[in-house]
Amino acid sequence: MFGLQYNTLLVIAGTGLLGLSAGVIGAFAVLRRRALMGDALSHAALPGLCIAFMLYGERNFLVFMIGAVISGVIGVLCVSLLRHHTRIKEDAAIGLVLSVFYGAGIVLLSIIQRQRNGQQAGLESYLFGQTASMVMQDLATIIGVTLLTLLILLLFYKEFKILSFDREFAAVQGWPTLFLDLAMMVLLVITTVAGLPAVGVVLMAALLIIPGVSARFWTDRLDKLLLLAGLFGLLSGVIGTLLSDKLDDLPAGPVIVLSGSIIFFLSMLFAPRRGVISRVLQHLALRGRVARQNLLRSFYELSEPDLPALKTVSTEALVHHRGWTLGEVKRLLNSAQAEKQIEPVGASDAHQWRLTAAGLSAAADVVRVHRLWEIFLIEHADIAPDHVDRDADQIEHILSPELIARLESHLFNAGRWPKAAVPASPHKIDAGVMSAKESA
Amino acid sequence: MPQSLLPIFALFEYDKISFAIVATAILVNVSCALLGCFLLLRRMSLLGDAISHAILPGLALGFMLTQSRAIWPMLAGAMFVGVLTALLTQVLTRWARVPEDAAMGVVFTSLFAIGVIMIHRVARQVDLDASCVLYGMLETAAMDTTTVAGVTLPRTVLTMGIVCALVIVFVVLLWKELKIVSFDPDLATTQGINANVIHYLLMSMVAAVTVAAFEAVGSILVVAMLIAPAAAASMLTDRMSIMLLIAALCGIASAVIGREIAYPLGASVPGMMSVVAGAIFTLAVIFGPSHGLLIKALRRWKLSLRIVREDVLSMLYRWDEISPERALQRSQAQAALGGGLLPRFAIWDLLRDGRIKREADGVALTERGRRQAQTLVKSHRLWEAYLQKVLGFPADHLHASADRTEHFMNEGLVRQVADAVDNPRIDPHGKPIPRREGSRVDLGEKE
Repeated sequence: MFGLQYNTLLVIAGTGLLGLSAGVIGAFAVLRRRALMGDALSHAALPGLCIAFMLYGERNFLVFMIGAVISGVIGVLCVSLLRHHTRIKEDAAIGLVLSVFYGAGIVLLSIIQRQRNGQQAGLESYLFGQTASMVMQDLATIIGVTLLTLLILLLFYKEFKILSFDREFAAVQGWPTLFLDLAMMVLLVITTVAGLPAVGVVLMAALLIIPGVSARFWTDRLDKLLLLAGLFGLLSGVIGTLLSDKLDDLPAGPVIVLSGSIIFFLSMLFAPRRGVISRVLQHLALRGRVARQNLLRSFYELSEPDLPALKTVSTEALVHHRGWTLGEVKRLLNSAQAEKQIEPVGASDAHQWRLTAAGLSAAADVVRVHRLWEIFLIEHADIAPDHVDRDADQIEHILSPELIARLESHLFNAGRWPKAAVPASPHKIDAGVMSAKESA
Repeated sequence: MPQSLLPIFALFEYDKISFAIVATAILVNVSCALLGCFLLLRRMSLLGDAISHAILPGLALGFMLTQSRAIWPMLAGAMFVGVLTALLTQVLTRWARVPEDAAMGVVFTSLFAIGVIMIHRVARQVDLDASCVLYGMLETAAMDTTTVAGVTLPRTVLTMGIVCALVIVFVVLLWKELKIVSFDPDLATTQGINANVIHYLLMSMVAAVTVAAFEAVGSILVVAMLIAPAAAASMLTDRMSIMLLIAALCGIASAVIGREIAYPLGASVPGMMSVVAGAIFTLAVIFGPSHGLLIKALRRWKLSLRIVREDVLSMLYRWDEISPERALQRSQAQAALGGGLLPRFAIWDLLRDGRIKREADGVALTERGRRQAQTLVKSHRLWEAYLQKVLGFPADHLHASADRTEHFMNEGLVRQVADAVDNPRIDPHGKPIPRREGSRVDLGEKE
């Protein structure tokens, strides 16, 4: 099929499903700020694996699994005990369990390897993973674990959801939070242990963390987050295995993780709203709007004495009025002129400008909101008139229309607001003071 | 001979190889333990873990550029990547708003994956493999010796000696800055100390130690030593300088004991050293003098005992008010306080103390016990009066609160409460509030 060998298909199915279940259960861990718990778990599983081998005497996936789950759960319990009953903080507790359990695992491993049958254990593969050596039995286990994880998540979706967002509320509502917590941890442990032979200890943590973090960039809804995390995990498993198959027998585990990292990187850059590029654009747009509004307000304030006649304003006056640099003012004037909010007066190099009708109405809106907020601050927040200008300057750009309407009706009812006109400034407009404040 | 340089080792009668192993491990452990204290206080313990994994591509890079296993290029490469880990984590947290632990997880696993691939590419040319990074080659590294100033030393001892000396110089020179940055980075900034610079210096030192140590002891021991000794020390003291000292001693002890246990078993020496460090930490958690579990349990038990003792006294006082003709039976008293070991012990303790005495059909207060009981009952009833008069509590909500508060009211508070409710003679339930007569302490009434 698709020109791939049976074995490659098997590995692709295995890693894909592993990525899927690790992504889904890991997303919960990421949401609950327990991302590194998976890391601690996969390290803590090692001594369990070794003891299981010592007791059973040969390689058996199920026995290994049971041993690993037991020591993983003990590790998680240790972290939670240390966190709740000692002054050790969670990060140190995770690090302690991780390193000490792992050290114990290495000790046991070194003892096993000295024994006659030690080399058969294949325990080494649990450290770094040997994806290519996956057999049907491993795939069957992964399918079982994935089905179990998805089934339990589906059954307890509502419970896990409430637990993830507000544990106290869940407890107050009478949910068995401790049991649910433990159930989630056990799912995490099982998935981790199922993944160890394929990708190894360190990279298993990556499969748990990276899909969830990537999905978080795209959505604020838990159901979509889980779907996306599962999808990203699946994709990194499949793509990683395919790549490592094509590319000169690179080890599959790291390539799978790097595929995930690339999905993370792309999500971080390009996701709408939360992505870095989108956030930078939003930020720039806001800055542009604020600057435009400040320009319009300066025009209004400079031409206010002569209203309704529109006074000519020079570029220099604007520079002086707001404390902008000449370059900034020129850029702002150009963009405002392009939108026909201002028009040049006289020769193009005369640097004289006048508001257009559209510009005047936009400027009046800005000034209204500014003064509205100033009056509100003076009357209701007890702020001195000579201090309100700067506060209003920061807030005027982000007041919502609803809030503006409420402020207006409030002040109108108090007889302090001329309906639908620009009120006089509650303080003296002094260009020098303004620019000093602006540059502060 | 090295043994004569450090007489302490003669104690164990080490051969050359054992000396090399223990000396290397001690130097690694002390360096890690000292730095680990600062990481622990800044809640960055896991950054040490992250860095020690993430340096893998740095090592590979250093090797690829120079095509040799010389330590310095690899050290430089790894330090670069180590600092990069801290930097990338910070960038992801700040700019992409990823939670810090998740950011760290993404960064170090990705770097580790890159490192494994790079090493896979170069592994055919050199015996540098990923498992060597994890386990270390303590046993073989010990054979590799070098001669400095006429003294023959294992190369790892020399390298780690230099690194350890650097760490100690770093800590001593920047002691004040490290301390203030660890406890309060914002205060440090206002004092003109650049917390970021100190942070990255610390990260570079962690990276340097990790790299220098990896070929000898592997990253497991480094991670364990960055966290366990510091955590153990933090359970034992509240002073920074003593914490560093204890952590260093704990590192030395882990090295010596770990080797002693591992050797006869033929087990991994670094692995056993980290297990020993974990065991030392466990002991510290249990037996720590002021934050240990045992002392905390003891303190809780003493508090419970005091409260139950006081409950017995006030119960006997009330019993006297209701039925002065009949003594309260011991078993009744125990049952009324919930039964079990604690009330039984409390009554025995009170008898021993001479605050209560055996009577024909039960137990009763002695004069000494009555004085204490009066104080308690007075506190209780005044508090009920206060809740009702001043705070407006309904009558059926008074007792539970007073039952708790009576154990924690001191003389001054009793006086203030009494003043606030105008020194009533009876409480809201109509019971008399005990007065000064027979009282050893001034209960604060105004006559």
